[in-house]
Amino acid sequence: MRVTLTIARREFLAYFSTPLAYVFLVVFLAAAAAAPFYFGDFLDRGQADLTPFFDFHPFLFLIFMPAIGMRLWTDERRQGTIELLMTLPITPWQAVMGKFLAAWAFATVAIALTFPIWITVDFLGDPEHSIILTGYFASFLMAGALLAVASSVSALTTSQVIAFVISALVGFLMMVAGLDLVIDAFSAWAPDYLISLVASFSFMTHFAGMTNGLVELNAVIYFVTLIGLFLLINRQVIDLKKAS
Amino acid sequence: MSPLVEVRSLRKKFGAVIAVDDINFAVERGEVLGFLGPNGAGKSTTMKVITGFLPATSGTAIVCGEDIRTNPIGAKRKLGYLPEGAPLYGDMSPEGFLDFVCRTRLMSRSARKKAIANVVDRMALQEVLHRRIETLSKGFRRRVGLAQAILHDPDVLILDEPTDGLDPNQKHEVRELIRSMGDTKAIIISTHILEEVDAVCDRAIIIDHGRIVTDGTPTQLHARSPDYNAVSLKVQSTDTDRTVELLKGLPEIASVELAGPAGEANALLVRPRNGQFIADIVGKNISEANITAVDLHAVIGKLDDVFRAVTTGSDG
Repeated sequence: MRVTLTIARREFLAYFSTPLAYVFLVVFLAAAAAAPFYFGDFLDRGQADLTPFFDFHPFLFLIFMPAIGMRLWTDERRQGTIELLMTLPITPWQAVMGKFLAAWAFATVAIALTFPIWITVDFLGDPEHSIILTGYFASFLMAGALLAVASSVSALTTSQVIAFVISALVGFLMMVAGLDLVIDAFSAWAPDYLISLVASFSFMTHFAGMTNGLVELNAVIYFVTLIGLFLLINRQVIDLKKAS
Repeated sequence: MSPLVEVRSLRKKFGAVIAVDDINFAVERGEVLGFLGPNGAGKSTTMKVITGFLPATSGTAIVCGEDIRTNPIGAKRKLGYLPEGAPLYGDMSPEGFLDFVCRTRLMSRSARKKAIANVVDRMALQEVLHRRIETLSKGFRRRVGLAQAILHDPDVLILDEPTDGLDPNQKHEVRELIRSMGDTKAIIISTHILEEVDAVCDRAIIIDHGRIVTDGTPTQLHARSPDYNAVSLKVQSTDTDRTVELLKGLPEIASVELAGPAGEANALLVRPRNGQFIADIVGKNISEANITAVDLHAVIGKLDDVFRAVTTGSDG
């Protein structure tokens, strides 16, 4: 655990070693704050909640989480430091976990910094705080899942751009699996269980449930499983790619 | 006492390509082993397997009694490694980087402080301690890489081309450093600079196509050169022919040839039979024949020649 945290600490500080982190935070916060107003009908709805804010998170994260995760392993391989890292007395799991936790912590900072919108809605009305908290928790979990995807994809390539594009694409596919658009395409011919299987893989289904204020055990298990699965893939990819 | 590093029937395949083919050797404490071979011979791959970066296809390496296959963490704790090209985290300062390495090695706060102060002093890193590593010169980066490797005072040091790309002064510094640690540790360095073998190594292994082709002390390697114990001789131009005749007649001498650079017909290279020492015989005979030697010295044979001889013998 100590070693994992050591790696996480180094990775986390690495985010702030360039101005990029600050640029990222500013753009992210601007987008996160502007979206509910422009697209989400935030004010005219006349309701004191953050539903339009959270509804927009999946699409926002689709772009921003791959951007956070893309450098995790690409840099390591491009600069050859992976050889240094993996010959220190650490296990591959500690490296994978440490890096993932750093990215997740950075994402959490970004998400937490959206708090003024919570204050705003509290100022304007009388929101249900527990629902908002659940919404943030759902965002946090979804960010983790997308980062796990980005981390394992970043281990596949030495190019950050490729890592970004592929992880955004994978994230997109997992997200749209639950949209009517996809469900309709399946419903014409596929049996019901297949449809519900495809839909159950979707971020949207699980995320939407939680932003309504329900901490669904299902959804939590889904996201945690997804994180674990992709980190497992991540670990395997590192072993595979080291040899080449 | 058992050796600090033991490599047992090590094989490493990349797909169908055999990079390392059944290598066996051991390194004792107090030994500096030079790892030589043409590019692509398998030097780096062998080191990557010993340090646990790459898994062996078969066979294993044992570092301070810890098997890198079954106890990689234990083995990695006991060794220091400088990968080829000394990769470092460019976004960190040497201080932050060294502190990170200390932490992964589970050192306490006071141990970290002491270890860092020690290597900073040893590697003369004071002036760059707080600068970003990516802004440092190549020489300083290499020193940071070395500092990282010796931070925990390991018994085993594995350095992949530690002097590659450095200027002559820096090369000298690094060699001095390796020599200074050579008595108390087992050190493996890979290089393709052959003078380095003479400068720092107690023993050298030449590998080619993944196999060990020679293993011996630098002197033994020199002995494999066709020029080992040859005599380089210079006489007055007028005496050249007479000297050649005289020397060719001696039983200890295998051949005499003109070896001077173009336009200089009076420089001779006299090769002995069976690698014996002939400088005294040559000197005695020419002085008895009243030939004045302008220059006479024994040649120990170039390692380059040995290297070429043993690594181009196969299908290379």
